[in-house]
Amino acid sequence: MSTTTSKRFAATAVGLSLVALPVLSACGSSDAGASGDPKTVTLVTHDSWVVSKSVLKDFEKRSGYTVRVLKDGDAGQAVNKAILTKDNPQGDVFFGVDNTLLSRALDNGLFQSYEAKGSDGIDRQYRVDQDKHRVTPIDSGDICVNYDKAYFSKHKLAPPTSFDDLADPAYKNLLVTENASTSSPGLGFLLGTAAKYGDDQWQGYWKKLKANGVKVVDGWEQAYNDEFSGSAGGKKAKGDRPLVVSYASSPPAEVVYADPKPGTAPTGVVDGTCFRQVEYAGLLSNASNSKGGKALLDFLLTKEFQEDMPLNMFVYPVTDTAKVPEEFTKFGPQAKDPETLAPAKIAADRDQWVKSWTSLVLK
Amino acid sequence: MDLARTEVAGRNPRAARRQGATRLGLMALPVAFFAVFFAYPVVAIVARGLHVDGGWRFGRLWDVLAQPDIRHVLWFTTWQALASTALTLLVALPGAYVFARFEFRGKQLLRAVVTVPFVLPTVVVGTAFLALLGRGGLLDELWGVRLDTTVWAILLAHVFFNYAVVVRTVGGLWSQLDPRQEEAARMLGASRLAAWRRVTLPALAPAVAAAALMVFLFTFTSFGVVQILGGPTFSTLEVEIYRQTSEIFDLGTAAVLTIIQFVAVGAILAVHAATVRRRETALRLVSAETTARRPRGAGQRALLAGVLASIAVLLVLPLAVLVQRSLDAPGFRYYRSLADDDGGTFLVAPIAAIGNSLEYALAATAIALLIGGLAAAALTRRAGRLVRGFDALLMLPLGVSAVTVGFGFLIALDEPPLDLRSSWILVPLAQALVGVPFVVRTMLPVLRAVDGRLREAAAVLGASPWRVWREVDLPMVRRALLIAAGFAFAVSLGEFGATVFIARPDNPTLPVAVARLLGRAGDLNYGQAMALSTILMAVCAAALLLLERVRTDRTGEF
Repeated sequence: MSTTTSKRFAATAVGLSLVALPVLSACGSSDAGASGDPKTVTLVTHDSWVVSKSVLKDFEKRSGYTVRVLKDGDAGQAVNKAILTKDNPQGDVFFGVDNTLLSRALDNGLFQSYEAKGSDGIDRQYRVDQDKHRVTPIDSGDICVNYDKAYFSKHKLAPPTSFDDLADPAYKNLLVTENASTSSPGLGFLLGTAAKYGDDQWQGYWKKLKANGVKVVDGWEQAYNDEFSGSAGGKKAKGDRPLVVSYASSPPAEVVYADPKPGTAPTGVVDGTCFRQVEYAGLLSNASNSKGGKALLDFLLTKEFQEDMPLNMFVYPVTDTAKVPEEFTKFGPQAKDPETLAPAKIAADRDQWVKSWTSLVLK
Repeated sequence: MDLARTEVAGRNPRAARRQGATRLGLMALPVAFFAVFFAYPVVAIVARGLHVDGGWRFGRLWDVLAQPDIRHVLWFTTWQALASTALTLLVALPGAYVFARFEFRGKQLLRAVVTVPFVLPTVVVGTAFLALLGRGGLLDELWGVRLDTTVWAILLAHVFFNYAVVVRTVGGLWSQLDPRQEEAARMLGASRLAAWRRVTLPALAPAVAAAALMVFLFTFTSFGVVQILGGPTFSTLEVEIYRQTSEIFDLGTAAVLTIIQFVAVGAILAVHAATVRRRETALRLVSAETTARRPRGAGQRALLAGVLASIAVLLVLPLAVLVQRSLDAPGFRYYRSLADDDGGTFLVAPIAAIGNSLEYALAATAIALLIGGLAAAALTRRAGRLVRGFDALLMLPLGVSAVTVGFGFLIALDEPPLDLRSSWILVPLAQALVGVPFVVRTMLPVLRAVDGRLREAAAVLGASPWRVWREVDLPMVRRALLIAAGFAFAVSLGEFGATVFIARPDNPTLPVAVARLLGRAGDLNYGQAMALSTILMAVCAAALLLLERVRTDRTGEF
């Protein structure tokens, strides 16, 4: 490159970038206005949010609102970021805070009161915050250990049936779970053991699990689609753990997404290891379009949306009238007797449990 | 040079006063910039954690330090940084020697190649090493060896990342040391080792120390690499701050950790500033072209071969694996699928991240050039203690948790008159913070080399300060300006820690998109992450190769 060209290039590059600044920032400010548009309603949620396009279109047509969806990382991160930005929120409605994080969201004043239309159709067991109506339950699911049927039949080993079994030497080095501080199924599994063994003994149980070779990875995707030998993704990635902490609805998902569809699910659920998770939505404090937000919340409880959820997000509806698809009743019925914990108990002890768990299992 | 300037200014008190005023004027904008976009957000997020119910909770400091797992994090952060620094010096010092003293074919190109990793986003570095050392990685396929989630993966990635820091800082000086001094010592009877130890080593030591401190700083605050390769078990202070804030939501602990990191980084920078000053003491330097010659004898040829081999294995191989993985599907499927808007991971097609990144980086570069250029110009004027403090201050953003800055932006810049939280400009502003130190470091030596008497002469002849700058300084610093722009552009493009918080979900940057794709299992996501990383790498490498063509000898330490 000759000196003249390089000089000219330099001058142009610098000049261009200096000129570009005000122009680009001008674009930025026009973009910022979009969130205040009364015709647009913004849903802030986590990465796992899915809805059928036709169902959402239908709502948009009926209500006259355009729905903007912001997926903001995994469930925990999305909640925390929503709390940090609550004075000037990114949207109007937040969906995806579950019972394990609910108290954090409520204590920090993330939501304002609104009783969604159709709330009276919600199954009793899911109702919380009845006096203030800051959150509305939308779906529920069970976090359970899944097993790879092929592995256990090939090794002529009976699949485990309980938490106790997982610590049995017969199942050494078979289980993979998620980091309880970063993943909601990981946390759910920890809470399940805390509910089962109580404040005094859950740590002793985890010591046994650790001695029995439990593997911990950061997130559900990695555990289920990478390490677990029973899932379609795990098979491809040569995963070598036949037991994984996942959901009761994972076996039907394996059927629905398989091509051709098999007659039975390749994976099963260890029924004695389940913890019930409920997901809530709420109208964000300081929402710029609270009218649209209310309409969106109502929509989340309609029969149409509640029946659309199961095969998209693999969760159960919470309203009595919504029908559960056949794949669910056939391949992944809800757990018969899941562990549960009162939200107040979770609120009081969660952080301490996670801290002790982290020191005990990860360090 | 400094002496000459002092004399001129000393003889003319009015000129000195005017110079002081100019300096203050030049410093005003950078100081305001750092106050508003660095100090204020950082203080805001720390205060959010420590200022509870109307009172400050500094007692938290001891509570946090008393926790065994926090102490474990501190311990791990320190020892992995020490180990990474030692390993980097061990691998890169021979490289620095070879680049300084040997002439061989392809040297120019190779010098650019070893610098590519340094400007790569840590996310891409993590991804490359995952592809090399992780499950189904090259080592796994060949020998069934997996190093991900071991500390080795982290250490090797750090060597990869910082190799160029040592080669450039140490090698740059080494190539300008007069070899005849060592020869003279040998003529006087010193053994080869003794001559090297007595003559070359003392001259080189400050440069080695400065490089080591820079590597230590970068590895002490490592985020993306540890985040991707460390698994749930390993975490540095920076990663822990991220976890405490974003996942555990313990803002108090995060604030304490931020303060600890701040103090540590401040200390590292203070030591660094001292070594740099020592390095600036007079050395007899010669032009780099006269000191390098073709390797002679079996020993030298073996050394050259060894260095080339280590570069091939440690630097080129991870990048090659990355490219290979991105092509690992028929018909460029991963690349083509980048344009699909499936509504899966993002709201937009992954390819949109490229456009976002380029726009953000361009704006960030402009800001960094403006702020960094003014700061460098201010620092060129005779430096008092105040100005030297300012110099160190400009380096702070390199070491202060980007995560903290990002979170600080979110909570601090959300009210009028600074309601920027939903504005686009937030990301370039955060990225410019990391770009400024590079601009200053690149511009400063060149600006200082401009003869003060020229400016004086021009001023005496009646030129306005602006005219002096335009007629005297600008022509000399044009190249440096371009190089500074290139580095600022590359580091903005790769910035991850702060961007990951403030980039809006519908406007991801390339590194953010790569991280999100990696976090989701499945063939296609992984392939797309590799393809995006490859694109990012290509853009950085292109920027760098361009710069290599306009590089001058005296262009700072990067």
